[in-house]
Amino acid sequence: MDIKDIIQEKNIVYKRTDHLTDKALSFCPGCGHGTVHRLLMEVVEEMNIQSKTIGIAPVGCSVLAYEFMNVDMIQAAHGRAPALATGIKRLNPDKYVFTYQGDGDLAAIGTAETIHASNRGEKITIIFINNGIYGMTGGQMAPTTLIGMKASTCPYGRDAERMGNPLKITELVAQLPGTYFVTRQAVHTPNHVRKAKKAIRFAMENQNNGLCFVEIVSNCPSGWKMTPNQSNTWMAENMFPFYPLGDIKVPEKKVV
Amino acid sequence: MAKVKGAIVVNIEKCKGCEVCIPACLQDVIGLTKEVNGKGYHYTFMDKPDACTGCMNCAIVCPDGVITVYRVKE
Ligand SMILES: Cc1ncc(C[n+]2csc(CCOP(=O)(O)OP(=O)(O)O)c2C)c(N)n1
Ligand code: SF4
Repeated sequence: MDIKDIIQEKNIVYKRTDHLTDKALSFCPGCGHGTVHRLLMEVVEEMNIQSKTIGIAPVGCSVLAYEFMNVDMIQAAHGRAPALATGIKRLNPDKYVFTYQGDGDLAAIGTAETIHASNRGEKITIIFINNGIYGMTGGQMAPTTLIGMKASTCPYGRDAERMGNPLKITELVAQLPGTYFVTRQAVHTPNHVRKAKKAIRFAMENQNNGLCFVEIVSNCPSGWKMTPNQSNTWMAENMFPFYPLGDIKVPEKKVV
Repeated sequence: MAKVKGAIVVNIEKCKGCEVCIPACLQDVIGLTKEVNGKGYHYTFMDKPDACTGCMNCAIVCPDGVITVYRVKE
């Protein structure tokens, strides 16, 4: 069969969702942020909730999420997305509300908002991109930076005695009574992407049962100073042992 | 069993040449061009088009969502 006969509108099995805008994503080549943006918008499309969804963009590389996600969005001050989401959801209980936050945003400057929104059990979904670094500002150490991992503010590697230990904030919020579903996923291989999408879908569908929290362990090729594929291999070898993938808190009635 | 044939089309100007799709393709279909696009990135293309099964793995991992996948049963 000729290639011309295959490349026909009727034979399309996958194309970029129109719930992403046409703008070229601002992320570095190979950055997982783009993949998660797309998954989230695919979920919104499949749930048919575009006009009922309100997203909150953070400060960080995904600060421009509102340019790319074709839903109503607002951008919060650094770390404050869960506070904004609280107000929006309480005033609009019929809407689906999500925050999209990096580890510097969610686990450093926004720790208080993260913990209290989770503890109060706000009916929102939090998507948390953990790349172990402050990507946007030039690769500084984050609370999630691994022991021994180099960053621009710990060029010899993070040392626990001087810099403290990496924070597993996802395990922490899982302890709180207000969270309903807490999971950790990744998006560097096709199978991981499929699982992450299922988790995001479950987290969006169930936000009215309690706060749903999806961590995505991701790469930052620019901050880590690696090629995208090297960064994905490094992530699997170094990040996953400390941040193991899988569900952390699952509601009893969840049927997998 | 019906044979499945696939093809991909890459949005050249939006591809950043990150190469994440290359190891995702189990059939080793995808390569990187020598030419660059308007932004200066080498971009991906079907180096071995006959081997493509339209499995969508490349499109699913593409951070920029630049790949459209086509599939037919022969
Ligand atoms: C109040 C305030 N403090 C500090 C900054 C500077 N700043 C911008 S982005 C950022 C860190 C973002 O890192 P992360 O949340 O991990 O997201 P990434 O860029 O890695 O996706 C910081 C500290 C700011 N914009 N506002
Ligand atoms: S700096 Fe890192 S997190 Fe930010 S877009 Fe680039 S690769 Fe992604």
